[in-house]
Amino acid sequence: MTMTLRALLGASVALTLAGAALAETTITVATVNNGDMIRMQGLMDDFYAKHPDIKVEWVTLEENVLRQNVTADIATNGGQYDVITIGTYEVPIWGKQGWLESLNDLPADYDVDDLIPAIRGGLTVDGNLYASPFYGESSFVNYRKDLAEKAGITIPDAPTWDDIKKAAAAMTDKEAGIYGICLRGKAGWGENMAFLTTMANSYGARWFDENWVPQFDQPEWKAVMTDYVDLLTNYGPPGASNNGYNENLTLALQGKCAMRMDATVSAGALTDPKQSEFADKVGFALAPDAGLGKRANWLWAWSLAIPASSDAKDAAKTFINWATNKDYLALVASKEGWGNVPPGTRISLYENPEYAKLPFAKMTIDSINAADPTHPTVKPVPYVGVQFVAIPEFAGLATTVGEIFSAALAGQKTVDEALAEAQKVAVEEMTAAGYIK
Amino acid sequence: MARAVTPRRKLLLTASAWSVALLIFFPVLWTVLTSFKTEVSAVASPPQLFSADWTLENYAEVWQRSDYPRFFWNSVVLSVGSTLLGLVIAIPAAWSMAFVPGTRTRDLLMWMLSTKMMPAAAVLIPMYLIFQRTGLFDSRLGLVLALMLMNLPVIVWMLYTYFKEIPAEILEAARMDGANLWSEILYVLTPMAVPGIASTVLLNVILAWNEAFWTITLTTTKAAPLSAFIASFSAPQGLFYAKLSAASTMAIAPILILGWFSQKQLVRGLTFGAVK
Repeated sequence: MTMTLRALLGASVALTLAGAALAETTITVATVNNGDMIRMQGLMDDFYAKHPDIKVEWVTLEENVLRQNVTADIATNGGQYDVITIGTYEVPIWGKQGWLESLNDLPADYDVDDLIPAIRGGLTVDGNLYASPFYGESSFVNYRKDLAEKAGITIPDAPTWDDIKKAAAAMTDKEAGIYGICLRGKAGWGENMAFLTTMANSYGARWFDENWVPQFDQPEWKAVMTDYVDLLTNYGPPGASNNGYNENLTLALQGKCAMRMDATVSAGALTDPKQSEFADKVGFALAPDAGLGKRANWLWAWSLAIPASSDAKDAAKTFINWATNKDYLALVASKEGWGNVPPGTRISLYENPEYAKLPFAKMTIDSINAADPTHPTVKPVPYVGVQFVAIPEFAGLATTVGEIFSAALAGQKTVDEALAEAQKVAVEEMTAAGYIK
Repeated sequence: MARAVTPRRKLLLTASAWSVALLIFFPVLWTVLTSFKTEVSAVASPPQLFSADWTLENYAEVWQRSDYPRFFWNSVVLSVGSTLLGLVIAIPAAWSMAFVPGTRTRDLLMWMLSTKMMPAAAVLIPMYLIFQRTGLFDSRLGLVLALMLMNLPVIVWMLYTYFKEIPAEILEAARMDGANLWSEILYVLTPMAVPGIASTVLLNVILAWNEAFWTITLTTTKAAPLSAFIASFSAPQGLFYAKLSAASTMAIAPILILGWFSQKQLVRGLTFGAVK
């Protein structure tokens, strides 16, 4: 009887332990809706086969809603999310606040040294990697080779702003609905100000000097805004001040933009015959410079991070390691082809001869490598970030300045008026925030 | 005395009514039509109302990518639950305000309505904290309570207006016949106010169904309704309008059908007491 009791007790303890070992950990992953993220959700069988003890629940939200919900959750230590999709702008700010878990202890097979240094640098604060890049991007020039040929011009692989101006003038044929250049004009810190900040970097302009004093009253910004407004007024599409990423991409897919400067991630759509009838006529070039040593290209990554409030950090790290590992890129390539692999995160991807065959591969990595978030401008600045300034006040301030510049593009105010207004707003905001004593 | 309606005037009025109706309905029509276009035609410039390449692909992809039945069921529970709970509280409140008003009843009604004027974002963090600390975050119960509280002023106001139309003498007669308070409200007042209650229910179901700020903010995976379903198809980059339109159409279709079949009731209820 005692023996039987012991055996039963032993068996129940063993079962309990086994149950605990097999207990499922559920993690909630908050993400934005983009092709790469959706593709990952379709490949989850691979993750579950390797990690049957972790269940992943997805929350897919619009970018701004995601930002608001995640901010509220982290600020209140809510712990609703275990993995969040986060942009390069937030990582240094949130990392410094202690809102994110360090990813320095990911397993050796994660191979942190394989991350592209510029991307890794933007996600690291004081030696701590706070987010793992899922896909990275820069910006470059895409143009219709047939129109360039027809106009008798050549766009160099590394053009100057003068090359761009000449090419835009030569290829514009408004009567035929062809516009020489399409640039972002829609107001927003991630829309027109992303482009204008990179353009300013290449012209030797900067948002702030070493003492956080706004610089819109300097001649470099006058040159930036004058050329920007002239280019779009003379050679851009009608209503350019309303055009953001999606609008310009649509025009480019329809062949109406002879030349466009925007995210490298759009290369996939532009070279896809299902989406564009000009897919085989697209050429790529680096973003232009003005001979000052900085090109007008940005650096951005959508990355995965763990909020400090998560109560399933180990499972979250396991998921991040799977989703951003080299093996994941190989998995996507085997199931969906190299063209669908999330770009811009790992050196090894660009060393892969199969991937190098893609028409945009080299120009993408060259563009990413040409951006330096820690030294984004010609003159010294007290901030990091290429197309943004990594301070919490930037999003609000840049959106206001973006509205002013968009109005200048729409002809509602002159360049001088817009710059004076931007300077006034920026000085007020930076003084109120305590940057200017 | 009613003015004679000439055929010309009638034609003009009919044309105006149709124009206004079309203007209001146009965004919905545009959304439905876009949901059957390819992504490239959905963003064609200049925009086209009708596309040459109709497709059901967007619906197939939306269905495959999301657990639509779960979102739908959550929407049903939240909108019906919050409305019924609101009625349980609002009927006695409206009864007391309509039939035994105090000196401050008018102020109370105005104060209740004024809470609707506060921007929701102003109380985001307190609400977020309350929901987290009480375990109501991402729960249907929590959202039923939130939506009920949000729409309660509207329910009370509507019921108050309908109850005011019912002669107090009828309730007095019921009391003289020995009806207690409960019987008076349940067996005399409520049946007489059925058209008003029905339109209140319909309007509040619609309001709760369409609410997007709190239902997206206070949910993650379990209690998220169709508003979160729609939000998941908006994208920061790339072409998504056709799929977003398909998701929107799937989200608004049930409430449109409900509205269509109950429009007579809804209009009668909303104009109840408007003309004496």
